[in-house]
Amino acid sequence: MQTDELIDLLAADAGPVGRYAPAQRLGLGAGVGSIAILMLVLAWLGLRPDLAAAVGGAFFWIKAAYTAALGAAGFWAVERLGRPGVSARRPAVLGASILALFVLAGLAQVVSLSGPARLIAVKGVSWTVCTRNIAILAAPSLLITLLIMRQLAPTRPTLAGFAAGAFSGGLAATLYGLHCPEATFVFVALWYTLGVAVSAVVGAAIGRWWLRW
Amino acid sequence: MDELESTLKPLMLDGLNGDAKAHAQLLKLLSERLRAYFGRRLSASPDDVEDLVQETLLAVHLRRATYDRAQPFTAWAHGIARYKLVDHWRRRKVRATAPLDDVADFLASAPVDTDSGLDLTRVLSTLPARQRALVEDVKVLGLSLSEAGRRGGLSEGAAKVALHRALKLLAERLRHADR
Repeated sequence: MQTDELIDLLAADAGPVGRYAPAQRLGLGAGVGSIAILMLVLAWLGLRPDLAAAVGGAFFWIKAAYTAALGAAGFWAVERLGRPGVSARRPAVLGASILALFVLAGLAQVVSLSGPARLIAVKGVSWTVCTRNIAILAAPSLLITLLIMRQLAPTRPTLAGFAAGAFSGGLAATLYGLHCPEATFVFVALWYTLGVAVSAVVGAAIGRWWLRW
Repeated sequence: MDELESTLKPLMLDGLNGDAKAHAQLLKLLSERLRAYFGRRLSASPDDVEDLVQETLLAVHLRRATYDRAQPFTAWAHGIARYKLVDHWRRRKVRATAPLDDVADFLASAPVDTDSGLDLTRVLSTLPARQRALVEDVKVLGLSLSEAGRRGGLSEGAAKVALHRALKLLAERLRHADR
């Protein structure tokens, strides 16, 4: 087929594509993903028994703010990486800064503690399951986000998958806070962060081949 | 450079608003630019150039929802062209021999002769019969979409949907065509 013939074909299909802009589609996907994760938390893990008291304390919200901020940076990166010719430098810097800030807070806490207290802070009561739970909870959102991204035009598929995983991990970790009673900087900086990281790496591994177009 | 942007962007915006003539003119101008762009980078395999031009035009068309009207059009189109080139090299397992370029390089070009795409012809023959008939009627007979649809017993709306699906399928199969 001659290229001119192809152009005539494409011209016959002119006009806007899809009713929603990429950001709107991703936003809608984030909403559906949040609901899916929330249902999973409720059905599988259950709420922490002291939730009513916990929401009155500061750390519940500090923890939620950290993971939600990671997720927000991820979402911003996803939205930009889905569009050709747009840089994702700023969301990457934002995500790395949030991460560094919280890890520093965790380190400061580790240093301030000594001996048995330090180990208790690091391990909490759930260090063996925390990272795994967050990674599993992230799965529905990761799937939805990647499905939407396949309709966009990610020119860096691995990076786009990483961002999708970071976004989903941040979302999952935030909702996981409804179940998980851990309340130290050390624990969250280590195990929560690791959960988000696992989700991001899984996203990158899938994106590397699945986000090609 | 700014001249190209100021030519192409209004055409893109008109095309997004449903102006088929503007859309055709945009793709026409873009195809010349792409031919030169790929030609310089695929001097070892000139046969692939037109196939890649066609694949990129399809991508530009089918993924135009990712174009933000506030964004420079040339940056967006260059992003797609470069991705298609890198993807082509990856599939061919060829390491990039040309240095990766920037937008300025994409804009600077000299016209090259048109050649026919072999893959698209082959891929077209694998489409479902109804879609192929519609495509052939629009392409070869130069019928309007609604006329071609009527020949195939489709309403204008159904013909639009069928054409769009056919183009998506073409793009998908073109990318996986054995080369």
